[in-house]
Amino acid sequence: MGNRVLSVRNLSVDIPLADGVLHAVDDVNLHVDRGETLCIVGESGCGKSLTSLALMDLLPKKAIRTIGRLDLNEASILDYSERQMSDVRGNRMGMIFQEPMTSLNPAFTIGNQMVETLRRHRDISKSDARDLAKQMLEKVGITAAEQRLTQYPHQLSGGLRQRVMIAMTLLCEPELIIADEPTTALDVTIQAQILLLLRELQHEYDMGLILITHDLGVVARIATRVAVMYAGQIVEQGTVEQIFENPMHPYTRGLMRCIPVPGKTRPGEPLGSIPGMVPSLIGSFTGCRFADRCDLVKEACRKSDVALRDVAGKTQAYRCVIDPQAMTKVA
Amino acid sequence: MAEVMINASAVTRDFSISRGMFRGKQRLQAVNGVDLTVTRGEVLALVGESGCGKTTLAKILLGLLPQTSGSISLCGTPIGSVPRLDLSRMIQPIFQDPYSSLNPRKSIGSIIGLPMRVQGIEDQQTILRRVEETMELVGLPPRLLNAYPNQLSGGQRQRVAIARALVNRPQIVVCDEPTSALDVSVQSQILNLLNDLRTELNLTYIIISHNLAVVEHIASRVAVMYLGRIVEQAETTAMFRNPQHPYTRALLDSVLTPDPRLGVPNTQLGASYPNPIDPPSGCAFHPRCANAMPHCAQTAPGGTAHNDAYVECHLYSDAGVAKAG
Ligand SMILES: Nc1ncnc2c1ncn2[C@@H]1O[C@H](COP(=O)(O)OP(=O)(O)OP(=O)(O)O)[C@@H](O)[C@H]1O
Ligand SMILES: Nc1ncnc2c1ncn2[C@@H]1O[C@H](COP(=O)(O)OP(=O)(O)OP(=O)(O)O)[C@@H](O)[C@H]1O
Ligand SMILES: [Mg+2]
Ligand SMILES: [Mg+2]
Repeated sequence: MGNRVLSVRNLSVDIPLADGVLHAVDDVNLHVDRGETLCIVGESGCGKSLTSLALMDLLPKKAIRTIGRLDLNEASILDYSERQMSDVRGNRMGMIFQEPMTSLNPAFTIGNQMVETLRRHRDISKSDARDLAKQMLEKVGITAAEQRLTQYPHQLSGGLRQRVMIAMTLLCEPELIIADEPTTALDVTIQAQILLLLRELQHEYDMGLILITHDLGVVARIATRVAVMYAGQIVEQGTVEQIFENPMHPYTRGLMRCIPVPGKTRPGEPLGSIPGMVPSLIGSFTGCRFADRCDLVKEACRKSDVALRDVAGKTQAYRCVIDPQAMTKVA
Repeated sequence: MAEVMINASAVTRDFSISRGMFRGKQRLQAVNGVDLTVTRGEVLALVGESGCGKTTLAKILLGLLPQTSGSISLCGTPIGSVPRLDLSRMIQPIFQDPYSSLNPRKSIGSIIGLPMRVQGIEDQQTILRRVEETMELVGLPPRLLNAYPNQLSGGQRQRVAIARALVNRPQIVVCDEPTSALDVSVQSQILNLLNDLRTELNLTYIIISHNLAVVEHIASRVAVMYLGRIVEQAETTAMFRNPQHPYTRALLDSVLTPDPRLGVPNTQLGASYPNPIDPPSGCAFHPRCANAMPHCAQTAPGGTAHNDAYVECHLYSDAGVAKAG
C-alpha cells in the first residue's frame, strides 16, 4: 500500500452569483501522506472551507467544481458515482465541522446516531454496533460512555460534543480526516485535549489529517506541512519549520507579524497588522492578488498571473515575483 | 483613589433545567457568588472554561439578565434603580459574531444610528453627524454609510458593531469574544483599535476571551472563572508570570505559542468536565486538580488576598498551608 492518502491536482471552484462568477478556489494542488498533518491557513473567505468541501464532493449545489485529478490511496475517485462517493465519505474520508451541532442530529440520541452511522456502512448487528460506539467514546476520553449514548446532543457541553463528533468520524476507521476549525469555539484547555487526541488517533490508525484553522499557534504545534491560502489560491506551502522560520511570501510574513505571543508583545503596544482588504474575486483577475496590500509591490506584480516558485533546494514554494534578497531587507 | 465603575457583590444566577417530562426541574448555578470591582480606565479580562459563566455574568452586568441574588452598582448607582435608557448610555456590549449580530436588511448608517434613535434623538442631522464621527473613530470609510452588512468584510462588520456600541458614548464596554470569529490579521487591527479608543474616550472594558495571548496584550487585570466563581484575580503581568490557582496554571500551560519545535501540552486536566447541575463537593476543581489534598473534597476554600491579587484555593488558605506543611 502506498504512502499517499490523498492527492488533488488543479482544483477550482466557481460560484455563479447575481453580479458575475465568483472564482472562489483557483487551481489548488494538495497532497497528504499517511501519518501526516497538512494545515490550511488563510484569511476569512479565502476558500479554505470550499476546498475541503470540494474534496468530499459536498459543495453547495450552485458551486461548479473543476478538478484535474483526485486520488484516494493512489487510485482515482474522480469518476465515482454519487453512491460510491457517499460510501467514501462514510468509510474512507471523515469530516469534522467547526460547529458540531450542525452535523449532529438534535432529535436522536448520541447512541442512535453512532449505531446508524456504523450500520449504514457495515454489516454489523445493532448490539455489536452499540458496543463499538461505546468503545469509541471511551477512546476519545469520554467518561460514563454508557450514559452518554442515551443523551441528546444539546445535553452535552461544547467540548464533549466535539469529542462525540470525532468518535463518530473515527467509527469507520477512515484513511483521511478533514477537520474544519475543530477547536475555534472551545477554550484552550479543551483545545489542547482535542488536538492531543486527534494526534494520538492519527498515529494509531496511520491516518492523514487535513486541519483548517486560523489559529497559527495550533498550526505551529500540530502541522507537518502548511498551505497558506490567499484569495482562492495557495500562495505558499512548505514544512511547518519552513513556513514559521523562513516565510517567503509577503502575506505569510505579514501573518507572522500579527500573532500576539504571550510575553513578547507589551500591553498597549500595537500589534502588527496587514492593512487593506482582499480583492473581489468576481469576474476576471490578472496579477498578484495580494498586490494592493503589499509593501513591496512593483509594476510586474500586476502585469500577469504569478506562478508558484520553488525555494532552491527546499520543499517550499511561494507565489511572488519579488527578488528574495529584496524581501529579506525589508522584513 | 480610582473611580469605581462597576461594583458587584455576591452575584448569583441560577437557571432551572428541565429533566424531561414529568421529572421536575433542577437548579443550575451559572454564576455563584461573584465579587468584582472595576475602576475607570481598567481593562478587565474574564477567562475560563466553556460554560463557566462568563457570558451569563456579562449579561447581568449589562442589565440584560436579572441576577438571582447579590447586588451590582454601575458608577456608584445600584443597577436596579437606573432607568433602562440611562443604563444603555453607561454600559454597552460588543458581541462575538460579526456575521449574525447585524441586521442584513439595514444600511450601515442606520445600524450605527439606531441606539441614538432608541435614546429618543430624532434630529436626522444630529444622528448623521454623530454616526459619521463614530465611523471615522473606528476606521470605517464614509462611503460605507449606505452599504449593507453583506458587502463588508468580517473585520469591517466587527468595526460596525464597535461603532454601534460607542455611538452614545458609553463609559463601559463589555466585549464577549470580540475577535474569535476573525483571522489574525483582522484580529490585530481590532485589538489595536480597542486600545486606541480606550485612551481616546477614557473607556473601561470588560473583555471575555479564550485567547490568552489576546488577554495578555489588552487587559490590565485578569479574573479567572471556574464553574461560576472567580477563583483567581490579579494584575495581568503578575498573573502571567506567577499564576497561583492550579486551574489558572493549567490554562496558561495550554496556550499554544507559534513555535513549531514545541508539541501540544498535556495539562492532565482529564476529560471529566464537571457537571454544573451536580457540582463536586468542597472545592469545585478538586476532581481535576493535580495538587488536591484530602480536605479539598470536603470544604470549599475561602479567598486569600495579598497585595492586589486574590485566589480561592486551599494551597494558599491558612488551613491548607497548615495541613499541607
Ligand atoms: N454558498 C455560497 N454562495 C456564495 N458564495 C459563497 C458560498 N460559500 C462560500 N462562498 C464564498 O466563497 C468564498 C470562500 O468561502 P470559504 O467558506 O471557503 O472561506 P473560508 O476560507 O473557509 O473562510 P472562513 O475562515 O471565514 O471560514 C467567500 O468569499 C465566500 O463568501
Ligand atoms: N438560558 C439558559 N438556560 C439554562 N442554562 C443556561 C442558560 N444560559 C446559560 N446556561 C448555562 O449556564 C452555564 C454558563 O453559561 P455561559 O454561557 O455563561 O458560559 P460561558 O462561560 O460564556 O461559556 P463559553 O465560553 O462557551 O461561551 C452553562 O452551564 C450553560 O449551559
Ligand atoms: Mg471556513
Ligand atoms: Mg460565552
